[in-house]
Amino acid sequence: MKTETKKIVAKTGNEAAAYAMKQINPDVVAAYPITPSTEIIQIFSKYVADGEVDTEFIPVESEHSAISVCIGASTGGARVMTATSSQGLALMHEILYIASSFRLPIVMIVGNRALSGPINIHCDHSDTMGSRDSGWIQIYCENANEVYHTIINAVKISEKVNLPCMVMMDGFIVTHGMENVLILEDEEVREFLGKREPLYSILDLKNPITVGPLALYDYYMEHKRSQVDAILKSKKIISDVFEEYNRKFGLSIPSFIEEYFLDDAEIAVIAMSSASGTLKEAVDLLREKGERVGILRLKITRPFPYEILRKKLENLKVVGVMDRAETFSTMGGPVSIEVKAALYSLIKRPLIQSFVFGLGGREFSLEDAIKVFDILKKINKENKLEEEFIYIGLRE
Amino acid sequence: MKLKPWRELEEGAVIKNVPTSLKYKTGEWKKESPLFDSEKCTHCLLCWLYCPDFVIKVKDGKIYKFDLDYCKGCGICSKVCPKGAILMKEEKI
Repeated sequence: MKTETKKIVAKTGNEAAAYAMKQINPDVVAAYPITPSTEIIQIFSKYVADGEVDTEFIPVESEHSAISVCIGASTGGARVMTATSSQGLALMHEILYIASSFRLPIVMIVGNRALSGPINIHCDHSDTMGSRDSGWIQIYCENANEVYHTIINAVKISEKVNLPCMVMMDGFIVTHGMENVLILEDEEVREFLGKREPLYSILDLKNPITVGPLALYDYYMEHKRSQVDAILKSKKIISDVFEEYNRKFGLSIPSFIEEYFLDDAEIAVIAMSSASGTLKEAVDLLREKGERVGILRLKITRPFPYEILRKKLENLKVVGVMDRAETFSTMGGPVSIEVKAALYSLIKRPLIQSFVFGLGGREFSLEDAIKVFDILKKINKENKLEEEFIYIGLRE
Repeated sequence: MKLKPWRELEEGAVIKNVPTSLKYKTGEWKKESPLFDSEKCTHCLLCWLYCPDFVIKVKDGKIYKFDLDYCKGCGICSKVCPKGAILMKEEKI
């Protein structure tokens, strides 16, 4: 343990992300600025201009080009990073699938922001939920400190599994909110990451290859199955990398989930990102009154940790799932639907209530969090769900 | 050709041991074949220049062979020939 070398600094989520990038010192960064993740690239480009990193920084004319450049650089064996939000991620959409099918490690930091329309710059998860099935690993962080540490882990995970990885933080709430961030030394980060060992490189002139061939009905399906295999194998690698990191630096950064008073809980809420902080506060207040409530913070949604959810939730009576995105399926948000699917095979399973909240940056207050638990307590008492989904913080 | 099961594919859909295009006989696609009349040919090599598939083989400045394994039957050679030495003929199946 090297706790004596650790420093605590005040940084916003964007600053923490840019600082992690500086310490990682990637070979190539190609990006296009977009609110609320603009600052990450703004700060990072200053590091480049000041000669603090060796990175080849490529300012491009759109996010579509940004991710395309990242793919090109990654096929050459470079360590590659980018950042985006909302419409920018949407513009990258078709290229995201190419990155994952080519098995290219790329780490993309996303400041979660609502998708148009109406046009909105504030936080919700509709952008990354829209990229949910693109074959990328998706990690949602609660605060600036976690953003910093998770980005470092994401680089290692991405390069070990040979799959691209998104690291998320809530737009404005985390991207622009200043918090305590515990930072490592540059050497510690670089020593932990080592060098990238690419699966292949188009710059290896002695062993020429074709990247991006056509695969029609004869091979496409086999390639998709092999991608599923990669993401299945990523589960162990993700746990191992976080464990190694925590052991090495004496930290406790969660990998797939974080539990908060879940062990003896009757009622629990599954939440992601910054909203889980508010819910933890509500749990503290309710626990003081002797109520058996808890939180399961879901940090990684791809690969979806259904085995962990089954184990952690099977003995609960009622589970509420908080979604900061809509699916228009009329069954509630995307995470609640996946949690229901994950628990369906259990013989004894909890009642699951879907909650949609915080769309387009709508405030999620402590009162709202307590209201969520009140609704779940009522469901527990009556042992039945009345509505398929409930909107929290909505004007009726 | 025997198709590979998914576990045997290269990760990232990469093709190693390139070039592989020689093994891919695109001549199987064609509906029409070029019929070459060497008597009329002046060996101007316009057909050789325009052929998109390197079908026309030249030695010492003279055409000696049409490699029909790679001819898709597009007929460009016939169109550009100023002497009418190449006629497109329907393939009999």
